[in-house]
Amino acid sequence: MNKKNIRNPEKIVDLISIEKSFDKIRAVNNVSLGIKEGEFFSLLGPSGCGKTTLLRIIAGFEKPENGDVFINGKNVNSVEPNNRPTNMVFQNYAIFPHLNVSENVGYGLRNTNLNKDEIAQKIEEALNLVGLEGYHKRASSALSGGQRQRVALARALILKPRVLLLDEPLSALDKNLREQMQFELRQLQKSVGITFVLVTHDQTEALTMSDRVGVMFNGKVDQVASPEEIYNKPQTKRVASFIGNMNFFETEYLEKNSRTISVCHKDLGNIKLLKSNIFGDDKSKLTIGIRPENFKINNKNGKKQSKSFNAKVVEKSFMGDTMLYGINLGENDHHTYRISISDIKNTPSPNIGEEISVYFQEDDIVAYFEE
Amino acid sequence: MKKSNKIFKVIVIFFLVFLYAPALLLPIFSFNNSKVISFPLSGFSTIWFEELLYENTLHNALFNSLLIAISSTILATILGTLVARASTRYIFYGKKISITFILVPLILPEIILGVCLLTVLIQLGLDLNLWSVVLGHTLLITPFSTLIMVSAFNNLDISLEEASLDLGMSSFQTFRIIILPMVSPGLISSLLIGFVISLDEFIIAFFLTGVEPTLPVYIWSQFRFPAKLPSTMALGTILLIVSLILVSLFEYFRRRMELYNYYSVGLDQK
Repeated sequence: MNKKNIRNPEKIVDLISIEKSFDKIRAVNNVSLGIKEGEFFSLLGPSGCGKTTLLRIIAGFEKPENGDVFINGKNVNSVEPNNRPTNMVFQNYAIFPHLNVSENVGYGLRNTNLNKDEIAQKIEEALNLVGLEGYHKRASSALSGGQRQRVALARALILKPRVLLLDEPLSALDKNLREQMQFELRQLQKSVGITFVLVTHDQTEALTMSDRVGVMFNGKVDQVASPEEIYNKPQTKRVASFIGNMNFFETEYLEKNSRTISVCHKDLGNIKLLKSNIFGDDKSKLTIGIRPENFKINNKNGKKQSKSFNAKVVEKSFMGDTMLYGINLGENDHHTYRISISDIKNTPSPNIGEEISVYFQEDDIVAYFEE
Repeated sequence: MKKSNKIFKVIVIFFLVFLYAPALLLPIFSFNNSKVISFPLSGFSTIWFEELLYENTLHNALFNSLLIAISSTILATILGTLVARASTRYIFYGKKISITFILVPLILPEIILGVCLLTVLIQLGLDLNLWSVVLGHTLLITPFSTLIMVSAFNNLDISLEEASLDLGMSSFQTFRIIILPMVSPGLISSLLIGFVISLDEFIIAFFLTGVEPTLPVYIWSQFRFPAKLPSTMALGTILLIVSLILVSLFEYFRRRMELYNYYSVGLDQK
């Protein structure tokens, strides 16, 4: 990281080589990350990957042992949470139980020079923004889960922070409300134009709401990219297996050209891989990954596609919009690979035990070097 | 199953009778118009309560007791609050052992505590007066305050404090606007229970009181005069009622504290 990068005004939050441990466990391991002004950014990862710690470092609740935190171009390492231009929506919402809705929402305005009328007006605006008109005097104990979340949002947004931090804000809601709030959060972010940083372990949430996603494992950020790129070109094997489903095949290295690498798999045959789809340091073995929806089933009597292989159906389940199959490749291979068919009408529907022919496109394949 | 239930019922009834029957004698005899404490009762009278109004030594003792109870309760609650705050929010070397030492007076016989304090105070060359009793009672009440306040602070969700800081408040403002109101049921509980403990504490007060008696010490001294016995029982009745009210209030606020916690964690975790 050079100094010029640090002062990049596009990056509202800039984390440089952040390290943080708890009791000898590395929660955040040398993370550098830039978050652009006005974007909806998600930190995605399994529980315990350090994503919440990273968020709390941005908020100032945790002090990193090493590294620098820049917010809006200023180093805030020694700035307390109450003086940072960030506000947070907590996982359990942290609504003050002894204050009513207005007092909760207007809490952050107590330290400002606004007079009573101005404060009342701001509270009104904030409540309107989150769809809680007329809830001013409601006791916070009389709110439902979704309403609590709206109060927490209004309370954090009323101070017009540069960055709004959201710590798994939807995890406590039931499924329908969660989907509705995903949509509303996205709309809200667009309308207020504030940078949102969301922490979540739910990939659907991250992929549907965000402009960019950072995927974390064991204290490290593996990939930062748009949701499409994360899904279609996961840069590490653990990102590939964490996001969606992925079939992995170990292959033998054959030969390298300027734009492609050829590999061989005993059942799939010879495969030409695009170099731009291959990740990791050059090593002897390549593991290739194919998404279940990138497998197609050949019509029995039709012409076979060039990259075809034979398989036996061992599982079949109807999911409504898709049909899922589990297949085995050889007689002695008991690993079950997944196929997902979305065009159910125009695809043969083999039953369990049937032999089928499956084809795929070489361009859809991602690959990872491994020892 | 049914049989054992019956046995338990009998045990509970016996337990309640043994516990409360002696206390019931107090109001019965304090309204009896005879100087002799024995059955049968001779008639209803409030004379023993009226007599209390003219006992100057009693009034002094009551004043002493109130002064001691209020001072030591406030002191102990402040100390207990600080201990509880430190033990629930900070990690420091020797935390467990220091909390244990603070709680030791709970199990130490009061007579030993009294003798030790007396020895220390005399060795230091300090006079025995009301303040030495305040010191002793503070020592006695602090463990109770600590336990109550630890539970109050444990119930307090740390993200509430963080939210307050995050919204621009200083640590002191956070303490005043968020933490203090949230633990106030605990504070009130601690004040009430401390007050009750101090008010009827005898042994330490007896050792450390010097020439100014507290209420229990005064009552004890009255037992030498059989003629004073009925009015002492009247006094006992009043103390019993006051204690009951205070303990009920204590329980009320303790439950309020639990209710607070119940709401702060959110509806989904009910």
